[in-house]
This record gives sequence, C-alpha cells and structure tokens, in this order.
Amino acid sequence: MNSIQLQYTVPGDDFTRAGEASSEVKRKLKQLGYDSDAIRRVAIAMYEGEINMVIHAGGGEAQVRIYPDRVEIELIDHGPGIADVEKAMQEGYSTAPDNVRSLGFGAGMGLPNMKKYTDEMRIDTEVGRGTTMFLLVRVKGKAG
Amino acid sequence: MDRFFHSVTLDDSKCLGCTNCLKRCPTEAIRVRNGKAQIISQRCIDCGECIRVCPHHAKKASSDPLSVIDGWQYKIALPAPSLFGQFNNLDDIDVVLTGLKKLGFDEVYEVSRGAELVSEATRKLMAEGKLKRPVISSACPAVVRLIRVRFPDLCDHVLPLNAPMETAAMEAKRQAAKKTSLPLEKIGAFFITPCPAKVTDIKVPIGSERSWLDGAISISEIFPRLTHEMDNLTEVEPIANSGIIGVSWAGSGGESAALLNEKYLAADGIENVIRVLEELEDERIRELDFIELNACSGGCVGGVLCVENAYVAKARLQRLRKYLPVSQNHLPGDVPGDMEWEGKLEFAPVLKLSDDLMEAMQMMDSIDHICDGLPGLDCGSCGAPSCRALAEDVVKGVAKKSDCIFVLREQIQNVASTLSAMGGFVPPGLREGDEGDDGSGNGG
Repeated sequence: MNSIQLQYTVPGDDFTRAGEASSEVKRKLKQLGYDSDAIRRVAIAMYEGEINMVIHAGGGEAQVRIYPDRVEIELIDHGPGIADVEKAMQEGYSTAPDNVRSLGFGAGMGLPNMKKYTDEMRIDTEVGRGTTMFLLVRVKGKAG
Repeated sequence: MDRFFHSVTLDDSKCLGCTNCLKRCPTEAIRVRNGKAQIISQRCIDCGECIRVCPHHAKKASSDPLSVIDGWQYKIALPAPSLFGQFNNLDDIDVVLTGLKKLGFDEVYEVSRGAELVSEATRKLMAEGKLKRPVISSACPAVVRLIRVRFPDLCDHVLPLNAPMETAAMEAKRQAAKKTSLPLEKIGAFFITPCPAKVTDIKVPIGSERSWLDGAISISEIFPRLTHEMDNLTEVEPIANSGIIGVSWAGSGGESAALLNEKYLAADGIENVIRVLEELEDERIRELDFIELNACSGGCVGGVLCVENAYVAKARLQRLRKYLPVSQNHLPGDVPGDMEWEGKLEFAPVLKLSDDLMEAMQMMDSIDHICDGLPGLDCGSCGAPSCRALAEDVVKGVAKKSDCIFVLREQIQNVASTLSAMGGFVPPGLREGDEGDDGSGNGG
C-alpha cells in the first residue's frame, strides 16, 4: 500500500461547514505520523481552497491523495471560473461579496496563501465552466 | 514517577460501565471493558471532565488528605485564589487565610502572590520579543498536556514559565527557611487545589524536574473544616498580600488582563479550548499576542474540586478584589532563571497509529474500511466512544468488530436464517410428494 485516497464533498450552501474536510485530512495526517510542518501546510492550503469553493463556486469536490513523500490535493468545482488568474494571485485582490468579508474572509489572501504553503500549484479554469485546482505539498522531514 | 501518572482514578465498585465519561473525554482516553471504565494512561490529560460528568461519582481525583502535612517540621498552605470565591458573605481574604492556619499550618502564602510575579515575568519576556507569538499560557496543566499530545506545532508557543503555584511555593519556602533557619527539606508546601490536573502537575511536573510543592489538598476536602474554623475565629491575622491581578487569575480572562495588552484572547471549557488550538494551528487566528486557555468553564473557579458554582464564585471574587491594590508583588529586576522552565515542551505523539509509515497507512486503510461497515451511531455500547474509535481499536487488536451490537445482531440474523433454512431440511429418502414439484423424482 503506498497511498491513501480520500474524497470529500464540500457543500456550497452551508458556510458554517467550510473547513471540515481540511480538518479531517489534518487529523488523519497526524494519526499517520506525518511531519508537523507538512501537516500545517496541507491544512492551510486546503482550507483556503475549501473556503474559496464555498464563497465563489457554490461548493465542489476535494480529492486528497496521501503518499509517503507528498500529499496531493485536487479541488474541483463547477462555479463561474476565474476570469483573471494573474490578478487573483495578487495579495489583497478579492471578488468576495461584502457579507463574506464581514466574517473576516475575502481578504484576497486565499490563492497567495495556497501558493505560499504548497510546493506546486496548478490552476485549470474556464469562465462559465469551473475551476480545478491542483496542490502538492512535499514531505521534507522524516514522517514521525 | 511514570511520565503519564494521573490523579484521575476510578472507583471500580461505583462504576456501572455507562457511557457518560466515555462520550465526554476530549482525548478519547476512556474505554469500557468488562463493565468498567478504563483510562488509557498515555492519552489522559487530567482535565477532570469525567469526574464532573459521572452520575455515580465513580471517578475521583487522588488528592492528598489533610494528614499529609503531619510529619513536616514547618507547614505552609498555598491556597489557589479560587478558594476565596467559595464562601458566602466573605469580605476579607484574611478570614480564609487565618482559618487555614487553624487547620494546622504554620504559615499561609497565597498562590495569587506567585501569580502576580508570573504576570510581571510574562510582561517582561513578551516585551523582550523573544517568545514566539501568539504566546499560549502554561498555567492550566490540562491544556499544556493537551497541547503535548495533540498539537506538535504549538508546543513552542507555550509560555516557558512555571505556574503561579510553583513560584509561590518557591518564594514561600525560601522565606520560611530564612525565618526559621530550617533546611528547605524540612519545610512542607501544600497547594489547596481546585483541580486534579494540578495534583498531577505536582507529582509529574512539565517544564521542571521536581515540584516545589509537597502535596495537594482539594478545596472540597478542606471546605467543611475550614468553614468551621472560619466561623469560630476570635482574631483575624493580617496575612493577605496580593492584589487585583493575583486574585483575578482564579477566573478566565484574569491572566490576560494582567498583561495590560488588549491583543489577547481568553477561552475556557475544554471543547472551546480545542477549537481555539485547532484554529491557531491552522494560522487562522492572527494579530494576537497572548492566548489564555483554561480547561474548565469559567477558569479555575470551575475546577471539579471546587464546591461553589463557577460563576457565583467569580462574582464573589469581583467584590472581594474591589478595594485591593492592583498588584502587591513585584520582580526587582530581570526574570529570575528559577521562574522559567528548565526544558522545552516535547510533543508526545500518543495518537499516532504506528512508527512505520507504511504500516500506519495500511492501518488507516483498514480503519476506514471497518468504519464503513459500522452503523455510525456512536452509541458507545461497544465500550469505545465512537464507531471510528472502535474501528481503530479493532485494527490495533484491542477490540473485535462484533463488539458492536449492531454488527453482532447482523451476524446473529445471518446465523438464524441459515438455521431456519436448515430446520426445513428433509433428507432425500423422506421427501414425499415433492417429486413432481421439483422434478427431482427420477421417474421411480
């Protein structure tokens, strides 16, 4: 056995449940004994992605593959897509609505944080069709 | 002493094997086996939730009886500030302190005095900017133990200072040694404790080799005799020597307020504490300098060894501290080295499935698979707190899948339907009249 595959549905209609999938992944990684730095990076990057799917895309799906040397996260939604990826990657740029901002989200740090905490990040997006985000976190320290 | 010694223990004769404590334990440290609750030592953080929730009073804290002070040449009582909130119509802390002396102590030294020194030391260390922000309070031993087993990344955020009871005991013993010319080992210091986690922390301290305290007597144990003494005082001695800051440590928010810095958060109640720690770990809580966490609701006044409702006690303390000076204990210079931890908080990965990653992954896969076959009711009847916990126990080899009564029922139903099918079995030689029906008649 060299990988564990996990799949989560991220509900788009219930903001209060956003972040549940990433905390479940965090719990599993801890039980497996992964290096704590890698766990933190996975938890933060995936959390940001999850929040994005809830705010912008009405939810979606998260697929997580845990390997001994890396964790891959794929976030798939059928939302509006990102019109200008370059702009979206800038710190502080956000298209989040006011009601979400009033909760402290939508500060324009989602994508920049995902980039910062992962070793690889790919965005496949099309306006009107949706977005698929691929994130990879390498496990540097020895597990344990 | 065992690194995982606990003051929370079980009275077997009172335990009915119900699921109350099982479901409440924040680290899933309890299993019911053979009709009795058992504590998994490595996981227990001595928070006392099981003591609080047990309707049969089968869980108890092994604090010391008052007789623990016998045999010491010089005896010092160190009451936690939460003690002062336990009495109705009290308007002078000295009444409590004098009452304690009447119980057989030579001297009484308030832990709130140590708390004022710890507050000042914290302010100084934070001003130096050497501590990793946000700084997490180390005063609640249950919280420190929770971080040690569940939050590896937060271990180095924990304030590396001894808790107020230690600093108070150190000061009290040194002063007593000077006053009496007795050697330190002849002087006994006893904490009057609101909680079992402090009892554990005295027996097996985190951060130092040895505690300055020689025992812990619970507030609930001492309460009846103490109130009796307090009612019969002929004279009240002027002993109290702490201010608003020290006394306020008894309730959630007191330690933070003493930092004179508004960038703090104070959470209390073990579930709330866990939520804050999870968010801290994910760096979702920013722009704060200090995090005060208390395992009990309300703070130390909510400790399971207190006798009064936590919120009533807190309200009384507000009145008691009203005309006190802000603080009466001060550090003359830099933070003395003996107030600081000797070592760092080391993560203890007790929840890890295996040291071997491949094996851990295999186990995780089996757990997920077994969990899918369980009903998901988390009823606790199997003796584990949740279906997932049972699946983990099965994979670790300490439980069977059929410990689940729903799985067992399914197995019985299968056996029953097999039996019922077999019950209708007729040997071929006796089969009458069905020859034509199934065409098995060989034309005889």
